[in-house]
Amino acid sequence: MNTKIILAAACAAALAGCATKDEAAYRAQADAVLKRDFQARGIATMDRLDQTELQRICTQYHDNPPFEVQQRLEAAEMKTVKLPADGKFMGDWKRGARIAESGRGMTWSDKPGEAGGSCYNCHQLSPQQTSFGTLGPSLLQFGKTRGYTEANQKYVYERIYNSKAFNTCSTMPRFGSTGTLTEAQIKDLVAYLMDPESPVNK
Amino acid sequence: MADPMRIRATLQGDVADVRVLMSHPMETGQRKDASGNVVPLHFIHSITAQLNGKTVFEASTTQAISRNPVFAFKVKGAKAGDKLSITWEDNKGDKRTDEITLGG
Amino acid sequence: MKRRNIVCAAALGAALGATPVAAQDTDTTTAEFEKFRAVMEEANPAELFELKGEELWRTRRGPKNASLEKCDLGLGPGVVKGAYVQTPRYFPDVGRVMDIEARVVHCMITLQGFTYEELAKQPFSTETRTPDVVSIVTFIAAQSKGMKFDAPQSNAQEREAYELGKAIFFHRAGAWDLSCASCHGADGKRIRTQQLPNFTNPQQAARGVLGWPGYRMTGGVMHTLQWRMNDCFRQQRFPEPKYVSEAITALLTYLTVNANGTVYKGPGIKR
Repeated sequence: MNTKIILAAACAAALAGCATKDEAAYRAQADAVLKRDFQARGIATMDRLDQTELQRICTQYHDNPPFEVQQRLEAAEMKTVKLPADGKFMGDWKRGARIAESGRGMTWSDKPGEAGGSCYNCHQLSPQQTSFGTLGPSLLQFGKTRGYTEANQKYVYERIYNSKAFNTCSTMPRFGSTGTLTEAQIKDLVAYLMDPESPVNK
Repeated sequence: MADPMRIRATLQGDVADVRVLMSHPMETGQRKDASGNVVPLHFIHSITAQLNGKTVFEASTTQAISRNPVFAFKVKGAKAGDKLSITWEDNKGDKRTDEITLGG
Repeated sequence: MKRRNIVCAAALGAALGATPVAAQDTDTTTAEFEKFRAVMEEANPAELFELKGEELWRTRRGPKNASLEKCDLGLGPGVVKGAYVQTPRYFPDVGRVMDIEARVVHCMITLQGFTYEELAKQPFSTETRTPDVVSIVTFIAAQSKGMKFDAPQSNAQEREAYELGKAIFFHRAGAWDLSCASCHGADGKRIRTQQLPNFTNPQQAARGVLGWPGYRMTGGVMHTLQWRMNDCFRQQRFPEPKYVSEAITALLTYLTVNANGTVYKGPGIKR
């Protein structure tokens, strides 16, 4: 990695001589330039630009790494999922609704600990909320169609906690593993998707 | 000092189709700034248009109009070379007048 | 005089903004907004910033008491017409590629004696303050109205900026593992009800640069592409890009070159 950055820097210095610079060299240059040209602000600190192995591999393979690499990374991500100590996955769907609505959290204009799940930015959930995004699949009637089983509750908990444990280069943030949402907030979201009384399942 | 207006007029026969853009914050008195203080009411309350010095248009306006407002109106009996001036005045006593000469 | 002919476009704007959007008529809402925008484009408040920018361009200002009329935007000192659609470009005097805003800042520093620090301190418009650079860029942009985007790729540095911008576009990092492509890499996607252009699709690429600089009716503020990039990175959960840095110029090179050939309609109007 370090050698790549140095190579990229050398290339940048000798522009004309680098006509055949390949994608990898530009990736390394992008990494170096971002670190030079960005600055910490509020809670958005510079360590956010230190790509994790997963971020680096997803960038390199345009979100489609080889199968073996996916398996290895997904297993590693699954290890970061901390299941609830009390063994219960379901919180309060009403609180979950508010968390699903909130698009706040983790930007330089947010304070620590005021994050929501940004769920509606990408997913359809309750039929009453008509302002929803389409980057992710519709989750309308999620529990009703898949079954209100404990196995499904656990799946939803894990999926919100770390979506990359299921789909290596998923667009969805790792809400638990990155400390964006607390265990209690994730449980409330599980309830929002899995409680038969939740508007999502009406 | 208030920023200039943008006045545009097109003549069709003896009717001038006038559009005017005004640079003004048009504060409603209900908005709060970043530190939570109410931003005081500040709005244009009157607009006057004159054709060669004669008033052809007057309007009383309120804080319900948006920031940097746009007005459009038609003036009959206008001809090329006429001077069209527009004046606004706000509740703080600020004033601005701009003038154009109507084209052919 | 016909008093009833007053078009209260402004009041209409407020009413439209307050109307809740229902899913079944999302497309109707979009269509209605497009009609409203068509009306507003004939009298876009962006013109006020053009006027202000033109005055600022010509006025002697700064510690060196100079105007910007000797500023070379790439087509020779003082040539403004066409400069906006032909940037970012390589400037031999500084030995690097600059986007228009970076170049204006450069001229304000070298010709007028302003400092980078004071220009970078609060570089973006708020409801109560529009930085001079924003008005100047709006003025320059308006002088390219009706011309095609033609950001040059005629030397190694410009091609390098494009490739670097492309790499930044796909670079996943930050608290939420996002890249620009996470939201702008597929057709027909939305965040909430906001349509997301796919910048990797040549048919949609121009949507990244058309309508900028843009007057936002929400708040009534004028914004440039530097602001747009800054706010995207905020929502990408990245640290903040430094004002007019090479990273942003590279990204703008990627977006503009992809839009080359599209006719620029001048400063725009946005929700």
